[in-house]
Amino acid sequence: MELSIFQITWFILWGFLWGVYFMLDGFVLGLGFMSRFLAKNDTEKRVLINTVGPVWDGNEVWLVTAGGATFAAFPTTYALMFSNLYTALLLLLFALIVRGVSFEFRGKIDGAPWRAGWDTAITISSFLPALLFGVAFGNIFEGIPMRNDFTTATFAYEGGLLSLLNPYGLLTGVLFVMLFAVHGSLYAAIKTTGELSDRAAAMASRLWLPLLVVAVAFLAYTYPATKLYDNYLNSAALLAIPLIAVGSLLMLKVSASTGRLHRAFTFSCLTIAFVCFTGVAGLFPNLIPSSIDAGSNLTIYNSSSSLYTLRIMTVVALIFVPIVIAYKIWVYRIFRSRITNEDVLGDSEAY
Amino acid sequence: MDALMLSRIQFAVTCMFHFIFVPLTLGISVMIAWMETRYVMTGDEMWLRMTKFWGKLFLINFALGVVTGITMEFQFGMNWAEYSRYVGDIFGAPLAIEATVAFFLESVFIGLWIFGWNKVSKRVHAISIWLVAIATNLSGLVILLANGWMQHPVGFVLRNNRAEMVDFLAVLTNPYGLIKFGHQLLSGYTVAAFFVMGISAWHLLRKNEIDLFKRSFRQAAIFGLVAAILVALLGDMHSVEVARTQPAKFAAMESIWETKKGVGMNLLLLPDVTAECNLVEKFCVPNMISMLAFHDPNAEIKGLKDIPKDERPPVLPVFASFRTMVGLGTFFILASLLAVFLSFKGNIESQRLFLKLLVFSIPLPYIANQLGWVVAEVGRQPWIVYGVLKTSDAVSRNVSGIQVAVSLAGFTLLYTTLGIIDIYLLFKYARKGPETDISELIHLQGRA
Repeated sequence: MELSIFQITWFILWGFLWGVYFMLDGFVLGLGFMSRFLAKNDTEKRVLINTVGPVWDGNEVWLVTAGGATFAAFPTTYALMFSNLYTALLLLLFALIVRGVSFEFRGKIDGAPWRAGWDTAITISSFLPALLFGVAFGNIFEGIPMRNDFTTATFAYEGGLLSLLNPYGLLTGVLFVMLFAVHGSLYAAIKTTGELSDRAAAMASRLWLPLLVVAVAFLAYTYPATKLYDNYLNSAALLAIPLIAVGSLLMLKVSASTGRLHRAFTFSCLTIAFVCFTGVAGLFPNLIPSSIDAGSNLTIYNSSSSLYTLRIMTVVALIFVPIVIAYKIWVYRIFRSRITNEDVLGDSEAY
Repeated sequence: MDALMLSRIQFAVTCMFHFIFVPLTLGISVMIAWMETRYVMTGDEMWLRMTKFWGKLFLINFALGVVTGITMEFQFGMNWAEYSRYVGDIFGAPLAIEATVAFFLESVFIGLWIFGWNKVSKRVHAISIWLVAIATNLSGLVILLANGWMQHPVGFVLRNNRAEMVDFLAVLTNPYGLIKFGHQLLSGYTVAAFFVMGISAWHLLRKNEIDLFKRSFRQAAIFGLVAAILVALLGDMHSVEVARTQPAKFAAMESIWETKKGVGMNLLLLPDVTAECNLVEKFCVPNMISMLAFHDPNAEIKGLKDIPKDERPPVLPVFASFRTMVGLGTFFILASLLAVFLSFKGNIESQRLFLKLLVFSIPLPYIANQLGWVVAEVGRQPWIVYGVLKTSDAVSRNVSGIQVAVSLAGFTLLYTTLGIIDIYLLFKYARKGPETDISELIHLQGRA
């Protein structure tokens, strides 16, 4: 009984960490692959990169924390998630590595070919994680082909290299790309000035309708492709989560068209977090279902750490997560002003 | 080659590459924090110029350290799924704690430090680099406690088909991990000290910015001397711990084949692994190894022959790495002692030969760090968790050799490219020297 309370607590925290990660890195990734279309010259590109300069690393740590929390709280899920999805995670890893150094290296040498090279690197290494996270989570929502025996601790993956690239997985990938594209454009709009800001706002508005179409297709296809709706049919209160997601997506457009871009960005944050929460709440009590055998589902009950470890980790999380959130908000406030051309041209530390 | 061997090579490659960047970060962050503190306290602009110059090199180095660190976390699950499942109840906790407690602090305040020159006061700016330094050192502590547990597992029981934690305090206070952390931390400080001394020496040889580089040199020399001496002391404590808890590793480090009492140390030694003996044993210091290992000249040391063959680590790499590391460590003490002495004599810029030696010594502490890890990790084989889980039982069973071969090739290619670019940039900015005009920066700071 007590164990299951902690298992549920960690399930919620697990979903929370992923949601916050997508919300925060979502705009860095989105801005990364959209900067090609938003910026007209090198200075504007630098302005865009510098809008995420102080925060991208801190945002990426949410991924490391989500991974670490999976390891600490649900080690069996961690082990099978990362090994079954080996190739996808490898590509993700390469992309995240390249993205991080691109920001750092791009401005270190003057020269058009050098910068153009890193610009291409930023585009690809930002686009790929957006797509891959979507594909990976789409596959998690629908289940992956694994056969697990928990009493003897034998685990088998029956998927091939390309089995993740199924229609539903790909659709979720496109959904993530679209969400992050709008999110990143809105972030660019509220963090820059003049033409660049206007262009980014216009881009976000233009991409909204395609995003809506993809989102509707995703919600519809989720019904035949996954069992996510079962939980919602069983307890209607949970429907608040997808309703907030959909409501935020609509409010995003309303706010953007009336020129209230900060509000639109806030709704974009909510949309992304609650799309993630929608999927996670639908999974409960599974972390990763099996697509071939219900008994092989990785659940919070058969893959969690011991009560002792969960208790310790709960104490750690209760103390440190609020502290982290507090100083992150403080630093975001310090960097709340918009970045101008003069800022990047006059600062030797700028990217 | 099978997935096991390839996964081991991949772990070694990615870990060693990651560890080119980590030790410098550990030490230089502290040195830069000190420089900036001196600037805030004295208002002397030379300290600020030092902060900026060394800070630039720190950041170029830091970027690769951060991104290659993610690989380490992913890899436990990707390539070592059985390990992760079997010991995740214990090993997952420090990784999650490291992210929550250290990585957030480090990443948020490094952002503030890089971009916040004109956003926060001088004092807050200096505090932010201290927080970065504390966070990197803290993450070292947590990860070495995790590694310490793999070396000398404590505070757990085997049940439910896995190892479960029953005593978190024992994991946190594991002397193996704590001593190793101290040894590692100070090795990182040594890397940073020789890095700063070496680059300062390069500029002093060219008579660039003599005052600034003399000051950098002196700070690094003192830092390096203290660190190098403490590395050796903690290394001695660490080997006592190894002798007590990991007799097979200890025997391999010293290439001891026969169990004996009062074992002496041969200054010249050449092991013959197939014949299970030493070909050459010369210049013996009597009872030295017994003394070092147990602080008792007559203590018995277990020989490799009394350890089952399938539980012995590869002797040659462990022995050779250990000897070389100790030799380098001795050199660091002597070189930094001389550096402190000459630095206080005041005419370091005219000691051209010594300065040249220091330029070429920059890679040596890096090598010593890597060798130390070879001793630690190869010496633990065939175990991944000493006495609990073998490396061969820890590998992912659902990942094929081809997958790992492809990923290993990918990592090698990517890391080689990034490594070359990073080292090129380090060279470029190290040679360029400090900015001469910082009036703009001071003006900006005044507005904060």
